[in-house]
Amino acid sequence: MLRLELENISKQYPAVKANDRVSLRVQPGEIHAVLGENGAGKSTLMKIIYGAVRPDEGTMRFNGQPVQVASPAAARALGISMVYQHFSLFDTLTAAENVWLGLDRSQSLAEVSRRIGEVASVYGLDVDPQRPVHTLSVGERQRVEIVRALLTNPQLLILDEPTSVLTPQAVDRLFVTLRQLAAGGCSILYISHKLDEIRALCHHCTVLRGGRVTGEVDPTQETNASLSRLMIGAEPPPLQHRPAAPGEVALEVRGLTLASDTPFGTALDDISLQLRRGEIVGIAGVSGNGQQELMAALSGEDVRADADAVRLFGAPVGRAGPRARREQGLHFVPEERLGRGAVPTMSLAHNTLLTRGEALGRAGWLRTGAMRAQAAALIERFKVKAGGPQAPARSLSGGNLQKFIVGREIDARPRVLVVSQPTWGVDVGAASQIRAELLALRDAGCAVLVVSEELEELFELSDRLHVIARGRLSPSVPVAQATVEQIGLWMSGLWDAGPAATETAAAAP
Amino acid sequence: MLRLEPRAQPSMAMSLASPLIALALTAVIAALLFVALGKDPVRGLSMFFFEPLNGLRPVTEVLLKATPLVLCALGLAVCYRSNVWNIGAEGQLLLGAIAGGGMALWLAESGFIGPRGAYAPLVLAAGVLGGMLWAGLTALLRDRFNASEILVSLMLVYVAQQLLNYLVFGPWKDPRGFNFPQTPTFDASTWLLPIARGMRLHWGAVVALVAIVVFWIFLFRSWRGYQLQVGGLAPAAARYAGFSSRQALWTALLISGGMAGLAGAMEAAGPLRQLTPHVSTGYGFTAIIVAFVGRLHPLGILLAGILLSMLLIGGELAQSRIGLPNALTGVFQGLLLFLLLACDTLIAHRVRWQGRRALSGRTVQ
Repeated sequence: MLRLELENISKQYPAVKANDRVSLRVQPGEIHAVLGENGAGKSTLMKIIYGAVRPDEGTMRFNGQPVQVASPAAARALGISMVYQHFSLFDTLTAAENVWLGLDRSQSLAEVSRRIGEVASVYGLDVDPQRPVHTLSVGERQRVEIVRALLTNPQLLILDEPTSVLTPQAVDRLFVTLRQLAAGGCSILYISHKLDEIRALCHHCTVLRGGRVTGEVDPTQETNASLSRLMIGAEPPPLQHRPAAPGEVALEVRGLTLASDTPFGTALDDISLQLRRGEIVGIAGVSGNGQQELMAALSGEDVRADADAVRLFGAPVGRAGPRARREQGLHFVPEERLGRGAVPTMSLAHNTLLTRGEALGRAGWLRTGAMRAQAAALIERFKVKAGGPQAPARSLSGGNLQKFIVGREIDARPRVLVVSQPTWGVDVGAASQIRAELLALRDAGCAVLVVSEELEELFELSDRLHVIARGRLSPSVPVAQATVEQIGLWMSGLWDAGPAATETAAAAP
Repeated sequence: MLRLEPRAQPSMAMSLASPLIALALTAVIAALLFVALGKDPVRGLSMFFFEPLNGLRPVTEVLLKATPLVLCALGLAVCYRSNVWNIGAEGQLLLGAIAGGGMALWLAESGFIGPRGAYAPLVLAAGVLGGMLWAGLTALLRDRFNASEILVSLMLVYVAQQLLNYLVFGPWKDPRGFNFPQTPTFDASTWLLPIARGMRLHWGAVVALVAIVVFWIFLFRSWRGYQLQVGGLAPAAARYAGFSSRQALWTALLISGGMAGLAGAMEAAGPLRQLTPHVSTGYGFTAIIVAFVGRLHPLGILLAGILLSMLLIGGELAQSRIGLPNALTGVFQGLLLFLLLACDTLIAHRVRWQGRRALSGRTVQ
């Protein structure tokens, strides 16, 4: 008997058919991957299974019984649990209290704490029930989420992109737990777009593209290339990465220490780095370890630093605003596209004005014709799929808007480009195009700094790598000499402590 | 079963139709109110929508009242587009009247007597400065102490009213005014003159028309106007671009304060020609409705200003001709804004009829 069987599930949203006659069969005790790009319909499908979204058509059977899941509560009653990509924990409560909140009222807090201990010891999920969540590392928080899901004794556990916030070592530990769970008979739906992980972990894989199932395969028998073909229909062209020829120092950060200006932010602690023309330097790290704060200090959005702490071609700019730094050749691509890199309701033409002054006439007059022409040129050059220069930014898909924003900054011929999460949430085709553009920019003599949570991407793009952890920046290491294991260790903040590493140190303070 | 469903794209057509639907619904509810009050609904509605436009004289009266509404609303539109919530245009208007009136009185006292209307520009300039000063207080408190501009600007309205009361009951009271709380009539050289003889409509209406054009250019063709709106629509994008939010706060408040002050000085130097405690009949508050009904767009504000002015005059007519309480005007204004906000839901959503089966399928996204 199948644990879960979906037959011809369809869901139509106003603009897009998120699921089109999707079928899915999960055996008991199977780790079943659902692979697909952003926007392929994975999340909608999981929400349908979990009762958060109603399908328009199709049937769902759970343990052979036809079911209509009306709500997440009904799903949990059936034995389906879900761990979301973004955690839903209260920072100020303890782990046990958070777990308790999600359960029915019949159990006492002490009882819940005891059961957490039991589950944790069975599955090697060490969680201290009494610790407040804000003191936990990201990996520990995820364990709290998983423990919370396990306390309902699920027969089916859904994990949505569970590794996107974990260090490589934490990923390994998670996999051990998941295999143990599956061996105990629990079925696991594992949503991801990371091919290596799926091949390492999963027994079976259903691939989605554009809302439809494009393949059902045994991932252990596939290669990354073959999975990638199923997922995007083609393989991305390999990047041409020539050796770098670094020139003069373009951007220099020296002893940058900055208290956080928000309660849950990360303070920067004595950060130093050098970025030369003609090289790409990558900064790895688990999110929330000071990336946001460092980017703001580099872009000029945060001007509290000492003037001398940030130098651009030798000139102190620590207190200069974004426009002054842009005039000196430093451009920045922020990680949030809508609302920061672009104004959602404004046209692409108007959005060029955020960082580009070419369409400004004398006395602050906007030359709308020039503005439209400039946006049209960007759309053309960077192959942005958009309704034209007048299309509002929010009408573009994430990948196309990212191409537009990255294009806008590259087209400005920056001398230094700082990019945060260049391909986050971007489909594979657009991602490889953006990476190729960044490499071309480097070869043209620009200094490029890339901050990313995707190690693969950093290894592909960078010439040298730093790691940021708890507001401190590691020394740099040439990519040719770096290993994933070493960088993963450094992501826990342990670059000067030697090998006695545990993952718990990767805490976001 | 009716159901609201998000649209893929906000509807441009609905954005323009929404004020018209709201107006139609207001009229329907108004008609029902008239019936409930035992009046002929057709005659009642004609007081608001026909009589104010019936003839040259009523039309000039509509335009006379529309002038301060439009001037205030233009400034407010800049504020609201910048995400600065100034709801104290009434107070800024009163300060404009006080400053303009003070200038008029001072000129006469100091012996500056000229031809009719010669010093009107000075009076208006004083009004602009007065309004800017009052709005500047709000900006200062917001900037320095992070005080909510909504509360501060609103409360300063009452301070402004008390200041006006103090002046007309006290130091500025006309010694020959039979102890009425009013200043002496201004000298003719400080008057804002009527456009034609025997008409109350003054040249301020022309200024308002020019202002509409100027504000359109400012909002849609100027770098500064663009920066303000980026700050309003996406503060993080403004920070990323390097547009100063402090500058935006001050610019927006000073512009809207100046416009309200100008309107106040025009009221004092135009139709009133003296200060009384009743310089404004709530123009500054009505202008908030004008700004929103006009979609924060200069042309829309012109139409909305005329509409709200018709409601003001209609209320007076309904009172004098068919004995309806003047409070109806306020009721209609409130209804119109309320219904507009309700109708605006349809810009981003559409109503769908769904059968019983889907009733339980309320989706969560």
